[in-house]
Amino acid sequence: MIHLFNIDEMYFVTDINSGLVHVVDEIIYDLLIDEKFKDENKFSKLYSKYGKETVEEAISELNYLIEKEMLYTKETNIENKIKPAIKAMCLNMTHDCNLSCEYCFASQGTYNGEKGFLSFETGKKAFDFLVKSSGNRRNLEVDFFGGEPLMNFETIKELVEYGRKIEKEHNKHFRFTITTNGLLLDHEKINYINENMDNVVLSIDGRKETNDRMRKTQNLKGSYDVIINNFKNFVNKRGDKDYFARGTYTSYNLDFSEDVKHLRELGFDKISVEPVVASPNEKYAIKEEHVEILKKEYENLAKYYIECSNNDKKFQFFHFNIELDGGPCIYKRTIGCGAGTEYVAVTPNGDLYPCHQFVGQDEFVVGNVHEGITNDQMISKFKNVSVNEKAVCKECWAKYYCSGGCHANAYNFNKSFHIPYSVGCELEKKRIELSIYIKARS
Amino acid sequence: MKFIKTLNSTKFTDSISVKGCGECQTSCQSACKTSCTVGNQKCEN
Repeated sequence: MIHLFNIDEMYFVTDINSGLVHVVDEIIYDLLIDEKFKDENKFSKLYSKYGKETVEEAISELNYLIEKEMLYTKETNIENKIKPAIKAMCLNMTHDCNLSCEYCFASQGTYNGEKGFLSFETGKKAFDFLVKSSGNRRNLEVDFFGGEPLMNFETIKELVEYGRKIEKEHNKHFRFTITTNGLLLDHEKINYINENMDNVVLSIDGRKETNDRMRKTQNLKGSYDVIINNFKNFVNKRGDKDYFARGTYTSYNLDFSEDVKHLRELGFDKISVEPVVASPNEKYAIKEEHVEILKKEYENLAKYYIECSNNDKKFQFFHFNIELDGGPCIYKRTIGCGAGTEYVAVTPNGDLYPCHQFVGQDEFVVGNVHEGITNDQMISKFKNVSVNEKAVCKECWAKYYCSGGCHANAYNFNKSFHIPYSVGCELEKKRIELSIYIKARS
Repeated sequence: MKFIKTLNSTKFTDSISVKGCGECQTSCQSACKTSCTVGNQKCEN
């Protein structure tokens, strides 16, 4: 299987099963469309455009690639080598929030349940469960999440200290991350986070009007004016360590590249802005009718991204990062995100879910921190959703880049883990093409 | 090659016998939390 695309008079061929990406001249692109190079009746029609000798030379290059298994590579039968082992955790420090964001998938932090804070004791149990269930994996990941995790800051500090203690005892390495709305981000917390967190996600949607339309305080006022200074202070002290200014776009800001520009102009150099996940009934939801507009918008963003790269304003846009060499192995690319098999979410009362997106839906509880995994039936549903087990994904050129997409999105929109969320697929494919284009230009 | 430039130097199937350690980052832990984007992550092996 191959995929052909062109952007700004640059032509690309991706070979799906080998992962190779070729930048080609237009003649190669023309020869590959409809596989003209295989049929003289077809490729002879290109003689008038390129000349017979050139067409023949181009065909010989194509045949060389095929012979070397660099094009039309046959599918390798991949038997998953990665043994399931829970080694990553989304730890919901609170089911409560000091913001009241209209689009919040967690229902303003409560996940449609009662408000609550995770205790140190429950957190300890969660860490013990993670160490025990991780088998021989050394790198363990804990994301302090919520609600708003900084509302439970003292417990975070206690848990980090506990994690550092037990990682030595068990020859593990904890990677801590935190996702915050920034309201409580004072100097003490900034210093602590910069010292202890491997990655930090700063929630901000971009321009003041974009941010404040959705991200409101409990008094229904905009949050921008408070968080922007806190986030700037944070980034000024972050040094080279990872973080992302992370926004959500909705149908209200289909021109979201302007929000990315705004964040860049304020000095943020690691940015991720992503489509909202919402029921199609919501006014702010992204729907099929927005897809073409959004594809153009990603193109606008790619132009800005390249301009910045060329004039010392270089920045990272999360979805334009792509690892063509040194990326994940084929096993990882096949099994996908790992929800329920290597990743769980933990609620303040200690319940385990396959991922944070399912929290609050009782049928998805897979266990608790005291007893571990108790609902093997639900876990098994997450073991059989590799890209080659989904009909749509199996035939899709992008399958080894997105690895099948988000299970929660698939379930929310199609009530099946085997049918991916089509709007998400279309946007992801556009982002991959642009990422490759950017890589080729760099 | 006159008409073709290949951007990467390794195939998915290269060194396949030593891959699959599972030490790489879980995708949702990086920045997204709402989308699965595996292809932009790094191999830890």
